[in-house]
Parts: sequence; structure tokens; C-alpha cells
Amino acid sequence: MSEFAEAFFNIEIAVAALPILWMGLQQTLLLSALVVPLGLGAGFGFALLSTRREPWLRWPLVVLIDIFRAIPPLVLLILLYAGLPFAGLDLGAWGAVSIAFMLNTGAYYAEILRAGIEAVPAGQREAGRALGLRPWQIWLFIVLPQAVRNVLPDLVGNTLEVVKLTSVASVVAMPELLFQARQAQSITFNATPIVVAAMAYFVLLWPFVRLLSRLENRQLAGRR
Amino acid sequence: MTGWEGFAFTFLNARVAAEYWPKILEGLGVTIALAALIIVSGLALGLLLAVLRTLAIRPLNWAIIFVVDLFRALPPLVLIVLIYFGLPAAGIGFSGFAATWLALTLVLMAFAEEIFWGSICAVPKGQWEAGRALGLHFLPTLRKIVLPQAIRIAIPPLTNRTIAITKGTALGSVVAVSEILGAAQSAMAFSGNPTPLMLGALAYLVLFFPVVVLGRWIETRFAWRR
Repeated sequence: MSEFAEAFFNIEIAVAALPILWMGLQQTLLLSALVVPLGLGAGFGFALLSTRREPWLRWPLVVLIDIFRAIPPLVLLILLYAGLPFAGLDLGAWGAVSIAFMLNTGAYYAEILRAGIEAVPAGQREAGRALGLRPWQIWLFIVLPQAVRNVLPDLVGNTLEVVKLTSVASVVAMPELLFQARQAQSITFNATPIVVAAMAYFVLLWPFVRLLSRLENRQLAGRR
Repeated sequence: MTGWEGFAFTFLNARVAAEYWPKILEGLGVTIALAALIIVSGLALGLLLAVLRTLAIRPLNWAIIFVVDLFRALPPLVLIVLIYFGLPAAGIGFSGFAATWLALTLVLMAFAEEIFWGSICAVPKGQWEAGRALGLHFLPTLRKIVLPQAIRIAIPPLTNRTIAITKGTALGSVVAVSEILGAAQSAMAFSGNPTPLMLGALAYLVLFFPVVVLGRWIETRFAWRR
């Protein structure tokens, strides 16, 4: 038992690794603060375009969204990070991570938002027109608030997934929480830094998981 | 060479493709095997936990909720790394394949439990009462009346979640599993050419694009019934 504790909850190593894990956590938060808005922005753009009626616009967009939902984000990341330099285009870790995760999470956000927009009754838009509002005012003040409310649990859930996804950036040597933990682990030959990092992820994300559970249950209760 | 020819020579090199596509195909087989194992064990465990939760034993339910929350909050890659690099320190060695299987099974189990539980709760109470009125005990009511309806409700969200988690098999490449991405990366290292990576991406598209389209179809089909 003490051997187990030695390998997983070694206090000495945990204390020694804390400074670099803290740097990693900050990087994880920074990366999330970058990728979530990028994905949301792309998602809003895709969603607005895919609710248009023109088939030449709608179908290519649906295919594009499904392609980015079908390719694992890590594959997209490696393609941009290790593949593009062969074409003389080196995006660096930040560039590759931003673009790969924006495309992946943007596709998911787009699907969620599209469902939310389509659930807003047409009468709402017509009422806006009847009040003399301009098209952008109808979108911004009537359709979007209701669309977002319709799919709020899914939006929160996807945002949670995006934050968890940032751990994948460790593969291209971005010094976020998981990367730092692995560095510390390989120096100390001890799993404690990874356990501490996992605990940090849990403490950071648990409130959101609880919130999500609540929102989902409320949505199911409302449907009954 | 024009720009396009140069691009094709680098990224769609026929000679490299001819040499390495069997490797990618082997990787595809590993990905499919891994995905099938994860889906079967993850869904089965998730359903088991949801059924255990209906028994309404308080301490057990707290334990289930904690485990589910834990595996919903931890990133899959963190779990894989913890199992692969961490557990050997405690004398339990996992192969990369087993570590990826175990980690993604736990993640799918957690998400599936939430969805199954939510769906069981969404079945109207009158269905339970009707079972009682027919003289059925708790388990037969659950098995013959509630679960068939709950599983129908669960299918659309479960399909999409399962696809998303199954795509995580690509993370296995980090712990030396030679699934599609792993095979493509080592082929790229051998050949010094990114064509295998393009083949790998193509293999993922061939595998997952139909599944994503199927998920979309299931979603719209079940939406009519609401």
C-alpha cells in the first residue's frame, strides 16, 4: 500500500512539481480562452450560413461540417503541424492548434446552433418584420437569444469538451497542463505529477459537469 | 514543376502511397477492433450503472454519480496517459492498446450512464405504475416496460456521443498503438513524405463520415416523434 502511495501520491514530488504544473494550468486556461471564442465564432458563422435556403450554399456546408466532425481533432492537428511544413508552411504549435481546434469545435458548435435556430418558430421572425426591424436586428435580438436558450445544455457541454480537448495540444509540445505533468513524470519516474494534473482538471471542470447535469435534467423534465 | 504538381508530388505521392497503404489498412483494422471493443464494453457498463441507479440505494447512487462526474470531467488523453505511464509504477503494466481501451471505455461508460439515466427518468411514471398494476415486480417492469422505451429515447444522443468518443481512438497513437494515425505517422517518418498522413486522414473519413451522416439521419428521424 505504501508502495502505491509512493508511486501515486508522493507529497514531496507533488510539491516539487507544483510550480511547473501551475504554469501548465495557466497555459491550459489561456488556450481555452483562445479556442472557445474561435470555435464559437466559426460555429455561429457556419450556423448562420447553413440556415440559408440556397441549396448550393447549404449542402457543401453540411458536407464540410460533417467532414470536420468525422476527422479526429488529433489527426487534423498532426496534419497541420507535421504535414503543412512539407508545403513550406510552418504554422507553429499555436497556429496549428488554433486552426485545428477551431475547425473541429466550430463544426460541433455549428450543428448545435443550427438546431437551436431551426427550433425558433417562423412566427418570431415574421413578428420582427411586422415591427419594422431590420434583418440584423431580427437575428441579433429575436432569433439568436431564443436559439441559444433552446440549446444551452449542449452549448455548455461542448464548451466543456473544448476545454478537455486542449490536453491534446500536449502532443505538439505545447506546454499546457498535461504536457508539463508528463515532463515532470519523465524526470522523476513517478506518476504523482500526472495524478496531480488529473486532480486539477477535475477540480476545474467538476462544477461545469454538475451544472450540465442540472441543465440536462431540467430539459428532460420539461419534455415530459 | 508547377505549383499543383509540386503539391501532388509531396502530398499525394503515388509511389509512397503504393508502398505504405497496406500499413494504413492494418491501422484501420486496429482502429475498428479498438472502437468495437470500446463501444461494447462502454455501453454495457453505462447501462449497468444506470440500472443500478434505479434501485435507489443512496450510498451506491452517490458513488455512481461521483464516478460518472469524474470520467466526464477528465480529458480522455489524461486518462490514457495516467493508465499507460502511471500504473506501471504500481506494478500493473498495460499495453497501449489495453490502456486506450480501458480509458475510453470508462469515458463512454460515464456519458452512457448519464444518457440512459436521463432517458429512464423521461419515461412517464404511469408506465411504472401500470407495471405494478399488472402485478409485475420491479425488475420485470424495468426490463419489459421501462427500458425498451428509455433506450429508444437514448438512441439519438447516445449515437452522437459514441461517435465522438470512438474518434478518441486516434489518441492511442500517443501511447504507441499502431492504429490509423500511429501507422500513418511512422510511415511518414520512414518515407520522409506526408502522403501516408493524407492516406490516414482519408481512412478516418472513409470510416467515420458514413457514421456521422447516419447519426444525423437518426437524429432527424427520432425528432419527429417528439
